[in-house]
Amino acid sequence: MKKRRRWVFLFLLFGTLSLLMACAKPTVKQADGKLTITNASYDPTREFYTAYNQKFEAYYLNKTGKQIEVIQSHGGSGSQARSVIEGAGADVATLALAHDITLIEKAGLIEPGWIKEFKDNSAPYTSTIVFLVRKGNEKGIKDWDDLIREGVSIITPDPKSSGGACWNFLGAWYYAGNSFHENEDQMKDFLKKLYANVTVMDPGARGATTTFVENGQGDVLIAWENEAIMAMKEYPDKYEIVSPSSSILAQPSVAIVDENADKNNTQEAAKDYLDYLYTDEAQKLIGEYGYRPSNQAILKEFSNKFNLETKLCTIDDFGGWDEAYEKFFADGGIFDEIYEN
Amino acid sequence: MKSNRKSGSQGIKWVLISVSVLFMAIMLVLPLVSVIVNSLSLGIPFYLKSLHTEYTLSALMVTLLAAVIAVLVNTFFGIVAAWLITKFSFKGKQTLAALIDIPFSISPVIAGLAFLMTFGRLGWANSYINQINQLFGVDIKIVFALPGVVLATIFVTFPFVSREIIPVLHAQGTDEEEAAALMGASGFYIFRKITFPHIKWALLYGVILCTARALGEFGAVNALSKARGKTFTLPLEIDALYLAGSSDSITAAFAVSSILVIMAVTVIVARNILEYQAGKKQGRYES
Amino acid sequence: MVKKYIKKDRVIPGFGLTMGITLLMLSFLVLLPLLSVLVFSMRLTPQEFIQLITKENVINSFQTSILCSLIAAVINCFFGIILAWVLVRYEFPGKRIMDGLIELPFALPTAVAGITLSKLYSDTGILGKPLAQLGLKISYTKVGLLIALVFIGLPFVVRAIQPVLEKLDPQYEEAAYILGAGRIRTFVKVVLPELKPALWTGFGLAFARGMGEYGSVIYISGNSAKEKTQVVSYVIMQKLNYVDYAGATAIALVMLIISFLILLLINMIQICQSRRTNYI
Repeated sequence: MKKRRRWVFLFLLFGTLSLLMACAKPTVKQADGKLTITNASYDPTREFYTAYNQKFEAYYLNKTGKQIEVIQSHGGSGSQARSVIEGAGADVATLALAHDITLIEKAGLIEPGWIKEFKDNSAPYTSTIVFLVRKGNEKGIKDWDDLIREGVSIITPDPKSSGGACWNFLGAWYYAGNSFHENEDQMKDFLKKLYANVTVMDPGARGATTTFVENGQGDVLIAWENEAIMAMKEYPDKYEIVSPSSSILAQPSVAIVDENADKNNTQEAAKDYLDYLYTDEAQKLIGEYGYRPSNQAILKEFSNKFNLETKLCTIDDFGGWDEAYEKFFADGGIFDEIYEN
Repeated sequence: MKSNRKSGSQGIKWVLISVSVLFMAIMLVLPLVSVIVNSLSLGIPFYLKSLHTEYTLSALMVTLLAAVIAVLVNTFFGIVAAWLITKFSFKGKQTLAALIDIPFSISPVIAGLAFLMTFGRLGWANSYINQINQLFGVDIKIVFALPGVVLATIFVTFPFVSREIIPVLHAQGTDEEEAAALMGASGFYIFRKITFPHIKWALLYGVILCTARALGEFGAVNALSKARGKTFTLPLEIDALYLAGSSDSITAAFAVSSILVIMAVTVIVARNILEYQAGKKQGRYES
Repeated sequence: MVKKYIKKDRVIPGFGLTMGITLLMLSFLVLLPLLSVLVFSMRLTPQEFIQLITKENVINSFQTSILCSLIAAVINCFFGIILAWVLVRYEFPGKRIMDGLIELPFALPTAVAGITLSKLYSDTGILGKPLAQLGLKISYTKVGLLIALVFIGLPFVVRAIQPVLEKLDPQYEEAAYILGAGRIRTFVKVVLPELKPALWTGFGLAFARGMGEYGSVIYISGNSAKEKTQVVSYVIMQKLNYVDYAGATAIALVMLIISFLILLLINMIQICQSRRTNYI
C-alpha cells in the first residue's frame, strides 16, 4: 500500500516537475555581469552585422571596460517587426523600412520621434534596387520595361512579408509613373504584367537570392543592391548587375526598442550600439558590405562600387511610408489589386 | 498447371519487390544520401568546422532540452490517457480521443500562432504573467524564450505516445484488469503487473517516435523563437544557415542536417532492434 | 450493454484520477492555446470572417493544400499497399532494412527533408537536372509540392496496413484463387475489403498530415501565388508576418475544424476496426 502511494506520488511529481522546469528555466538572469543586447534585423544584413558586432563588442569593451554580447536575429522585415511586437524582446530594431519600425511604435514599444533620434533620419546606411541577371544577360534586360516582356522570369520576394520587396515594388511604380505620365490605370497595368512574370515569390529577400543564385531559378532577380553585390562577390563570373534608368533610395531604419531596453537596462548600450554605426570605421565597413554609407565623404570612396548616376526617388515622393503603405501594401491596396486578380 | 501458377506468382513477387525497392530508393534513400553528400561537398575539415560553432552547439543543447522534457511529459500523459480511453466507457470518449490527436494533424504553424495568441505580448495570458513576475520579482518569459520552445515541442508531439498504446490496450481488452480489480488489487498494482507488460513495446515505440519528432520540430518553434544562439533549435539553425544563401553556409546547413539525419537513423535502428526483441518475445501486435 | 458500462466504471480503479490528469494536461497544453485562436477569431463578425477566408489567395491555397494532399494520399495508398504487401508476404534479402526505412520520413526533421528535396529536384540537383533537360520542372511547382507530401505521408499508410495484412490469413486468398478467381479479382474481392478500414485510416492520417505540413513544403513549393503553389500553412505564416492576425486566425480556425473532423472520422474507423477484430 505504502509502496504504491510512493509510486503514484513519484509519477505525479515527475510530470509536474517537468512542467515547472519548462516554465522556470530561463528565469536565471545573467550572473556574470556580461551585458547582452538583441538586434532584430532584416534578412540581408546577416553578414554585415556579424562583422559589425565583432567590431562593436571590441569597441565597447575598450570604451566602458564591460563585456557586451550582441545577439542577432534575422528574418523578413515585417516578420521581425511582428515578433518584436509580440514580445521577442529585442533591444534594437534595424529593419528594412521605416514603416516596420512605425508598426512597433504603434504597438507602444518605441517612443514616437524615434526617426530624429539618430542622424540622417535614423538611416545610417542606404541602398537601392537593382537587377541581378545571369552572365551574358541572354534576355537583354536593361531597364524596368524589359521585365514585362513575355518569357522573362522574375524572382522577387513577397511585399507582404519582405521590406525589400516593398522597395522593389515602389521602384517599379516610380518608373511606371515616369513612363505613363502618372496615369494610374496604365501604371497598374504595367505592374500587373511585371508581377505576372514573377515565378517564385519567397517570403524574404534572402530567400529570393538563394532561389535565384543557388537553385538557379528565373532570369532576373530584383534585389537590394547590397544583395546583388554580395552575390557578385561570391560568384564573380556567373552574374551581372544591371542598374535600371531609375530606382528608389531605400532607407533602412534603426531604432532603440525603448520598452525592452528600459526593462533590460540596456538603453545606454543600445544607444552606443546604434551611434557606433555612424563612426567612420563603421561607415567603411558598411561600404565594404555593399551598403551605401550615409556619410557622403565615405560614400565617395566607394564610388566605383556603386552606380551613383541612377536617378533615385525617395519615399517622400510617395508621401512618406504611412501613406505609401496604406495605398500600396495594406489589405486591398494596389498590390492586392494587381496581384490577386 | 500448378507449377505454372507458382512461377507466375514468383514473377509477381519480384516485380512487386522491384517496384518497392525502386520507389523507396528514389523517395527515401536518395534524399538521405543527398544530405550526406552535400554536407561533405567541401571536405571533412569544413564539415567539422561548421558543426563546431557556437550557434550549432547552443542549438543542439536547446533541441535536446526541449526533446527530453517533451518526451517525459508526453510519456506520462500518454499512459494516463491510454488507460482512461481503453479501460473505461464514458460519454464523449471519441471526441476526447480526437481532441488528444489534434496536435498530430494540425499545422505546426497554427500551434505557434496559438502560443503567441496566448502568451505573447498581445496574448491574454501575458498580463497575468507580468503580474506574477512583479509579485515574485522574477522574469518569466514564455514565447521567444526557452519555455515557449519547450511548450511548442510538447504540443506537436502530444499524442505520439498515447496513439501507440491505445490500439494495443484496445486489443487486449479489460478482462484481466477487471479480474484483478475484483480480487482487490489496487489500480497502480494492476497497471504495473498486468497492463504494463502488454504495452511495454508499444510504449517504447511511442517514446522513440516522440523523440524523433521532438528533435525535428520546425514550424511551431519557428514562430516562437527568434534569437539565434539562444533559443534556436537545430532545425531553426539549419533554416538560418540555408537562408544565409552562400554556398558555404548551405553546405554548413547540410552539415548540421547530417546530425539530425544521424539521429533519425539511430532512432530507426533503435526502433527496429526493439521490434525484433519484442517480436522474439511476443507477436508483433499480439497481447 | 448498460450493465456493462456500469460494471466497467466501477471495477477498474483510477477513472477519476486518469480523467483528471488527462483533462488537465490536455486543457493546459493543447486546448487552452487553441482556444486563444478561437477567441481571437470570434472578435471578427461573420461577414469579416467570410470575407477573410474567401480571398482569392486564401481559397487558392486551400485548393492547393487539399488537392495536393489528396493526390499525395492516393499515391501513398497505392505504393503503401504494394510496400506493405511486399514487407508482409515476401521474404527477400534486405527486407528488414526496408522495413526500418519506412519510418524515415517520421524521424527526419521536416526542415531537413525540405532543403534536401528542394536541392535534389531543383534544376541544378541530381534528379532535377536530367528531368529539367526533359522539360520537367519539379522544384517550385506543384509536382515538387506533391513529392514532399508523398515523402512525409508514406509511413502513415504503410504502418496502418501492415498489422492488418499480417493478421489476414493467406488461406482465404488461396481458397479464392483455387476456386478460380483471377489474381486481381482475388485481391480486389478478398484482400481489399479486409484492408479497407486500415487503408482509410492511413489515407486520413496522410491527408491530415499533408494539409498541415509546413517545414518540408516551403522550401520546395516556390510559394508563388500565380502558380498556385502556396499552401495554407504558408499563407497563415505570411499573414502573421504581415501582422494580419485577423486573417491568420480566421484561416487557422478553418484548418482546425478540418483537422478535427478528419481525426474524428479516423478515430471512428479505428474503433469500428478494433471492434471487428475483437469480435471475430
